[in-house]
Amino acid sequence: MNLVLIFNTFNGLITGAFYALLALGLALILGLNNTINFAQGAFMALAAYFAYSLEPSLGFWGALAVAPLLAGVLGLVVEVFLIRRLYKRDPLYSLLLTFGLALIIQDLIRTIWGATGVPLSIPESLAHPLSQTYFFLTGYRLFVVIVAFAGTAVLFAVLRYTRLGIRIRAGNADLETVSALGVNIYLLRTANFVIGIVFAGVAGILAAGQLGLEPTMGDGLLMPAFVAIVVGGVGSLLGSLLGGLLIGVASGGTTAYFPAASEAVIYLIMGLMLVIRPRGLMGQEGLFE
Amino acid sequence: MSTSVPTSPTRLSTTQTPVIRQRLGNGVLALVLLTAPAWLHYVGGYNDIASRVLIYGLAAMGLNLLLGHTGGLSFGHAAYFGLGSYGVGLMLKYVTHNVLLALLGGTLLGGVVAAVLAPIAVRRRGIYFAMITIAIGQMFYFIAIRWQAVTGGYDGLTGFSRHTLHLPGFSWPMNSLGFYYLVVGCFALGALLLWMVLNSPLGHTFVAIRENQKRLTFLGLPVQRYAAISFALSGLIVALAGGLNALLDNFTSPNTLNYTFSGDLVVIAVLGGMRNFWGPLVGAAIFVLVRDYASSVTDNWMSVIGLIFVLSVLFFPLGIMGFLQRKGKTA
Repeated sequence: MNLVLIFNTFNGLITGAFYALLALGLALILGLNNTINFAQGAFMALAAYFAYSLEPSLGFWGALAVAPLLAGVLGLVVEVFLIRRLYKRDPLYSLLLTFGLALIIQDLIRTIWGATGVPLSIPESLAHPLSQTYFFLTGYRLFVVIVAFAGTAVLFAVLRYTRLGIRIRAGNADLETVSALGVNIYLLRTANFVIGIVFAGVAGILAAGQLGLEPTMGDGLLMPAFVAIVVGGVGSLLGSLLGGLLIGVASGGTTAYFPAASEAVIYLIMGLMLVIRPRGLMGQEGLFE
Repeated sequence: MSTSVPTSPTRLSTTQTPVIRQRLGNGVLALVLLTAPAWLHYVGGYNDIASRVLIYGLAAMGLNLLLGHTGGLSFGHAAYFGLGSYGVGLMLKYVTHNVLLALLGGTLLGGVVAAVLAPIAVRRRGIYFAMITIAIGQMFYFIAIRWQAVTGGYDGLTGFSRHTLHLPGFSWPMNSLGFYYLVVGCFALGALLLWMVLNSPLGHTFVAIRENQKRLTFLGLPVQRYAAISFALSGLIVALAGGLNALLDNFTSPNTLNYTFSGDLVVIAVLGGMRNFWGPLVGAAIFVLVRDYASSVTDNWMSVIGLIFVLSVLFFPLGIMGFLQRKGKTA
């Protein structure tokens, strides 16, 4: 078999795991908050910059633990004061609001930390290359994959077994009934939004460790997440996970033959998916329509 | 037939007054646009910014055919704007020096691509539709930045400019004044097309899709086909605006393909008023002027634009025209 292809496909799998991590937070918020959170990318960037500022005092691990929570607090403020007011309106409005927020956050980052990119230093123990034959694997990339899978596993466990998770899933299915059963759905939606933002924060920091920090870094992270959700199917977290892996592999495989198309190909896959199976891999029929 | 005759006098008067007011409004608008170069510099304006307002206005009005009138939340119309731009740029660079031919080429390029993609995009609605349109738009963005040989990559397409238009009998100089009148002409053409569509049975079908898609489906109408037609027409108009934008700048940037520009167009339509025919033009005027002013006084002009998004969503969900109309009704 073609070694280059294998190499790039494995690479794609790693990228795909990362896309899946990006997509999960977005899918979570899309599901219960009924909001396409355009600011997700900006929150990723913000968390990464928080980590950048915290790293000198807390170290990489401390920053990785604290910075997403700080982003989560900001997410809490945004949900309670802004997004909550729009739930009863057309989804267009929350989309536009988060779009505006993304611009503002990006601009703030540029003002506070500067427009030029900075690197986020990663621990020495993760920086070594482990393998270069079948796939380019540094300790850090392996770590990213582990976090992606661990994060997904934790999320699924929370959704499956905890009271909060059961309520979130029930809310996805029928929010009105959940409310009628005495659950405070405002609180539920806030909690859900914050969890989504914390996920975004973790993903943003992990991305920054590899790609460095830039005020606009969120833009490039947001779009693959969207595509992963559409390919995987809106309303299914497992679908988002599979969608992320699929487009990662496709993108990696394309890099082997036609590097210039490695970005465009994921949109092509999405288009094909829409033609063949409009609801996506695991999406439910007719959701959000 | 008898049912179509207005039966009560009150009904007659409520439908007639807006028509008169509308005609008056259109006349005033035409007068303002035609005389603008004569008085703009007294109020601190210049021809190019007026052109920009009309171009963004036309693009947002085109988008609004789908967004406001058909109820399709497209967040990817920058694609057709950009295709129009690149089409015009490439035509001028390699094919012809005739700006009208180039405009025709760019507009058709965007319109045809929109028509091809429309049936795919309209397979889903609501949030899903928004995400699909974003992603389709981003595909063109990545093609533009990667296909350097043709598009100039990140740096954009340069090496073309507006040439004086030689028509039989006279030549039309393409300086900023001459170009402004070309823009006015195209704007009028686009607005007329939109007006005619919206006042035709086709346009009423679009509005009906927005209001109650399910009912139309039950009535046996091929809703997706109509939504696709709306999508294609709106892409065509947006592509015309994109072509004009390329001519205005003598340059085409891949940023006109990016989803952030799609967002700008949506917020222009929302800010001005999605349910109002001229709303997007009002939104475009505010957006362009605020951006122009803000970027000259502060580095944080992006925050200003972001704030416009947030504030218009929170306080003017019906847009400025919607707000004024409502005020007019209660008064």
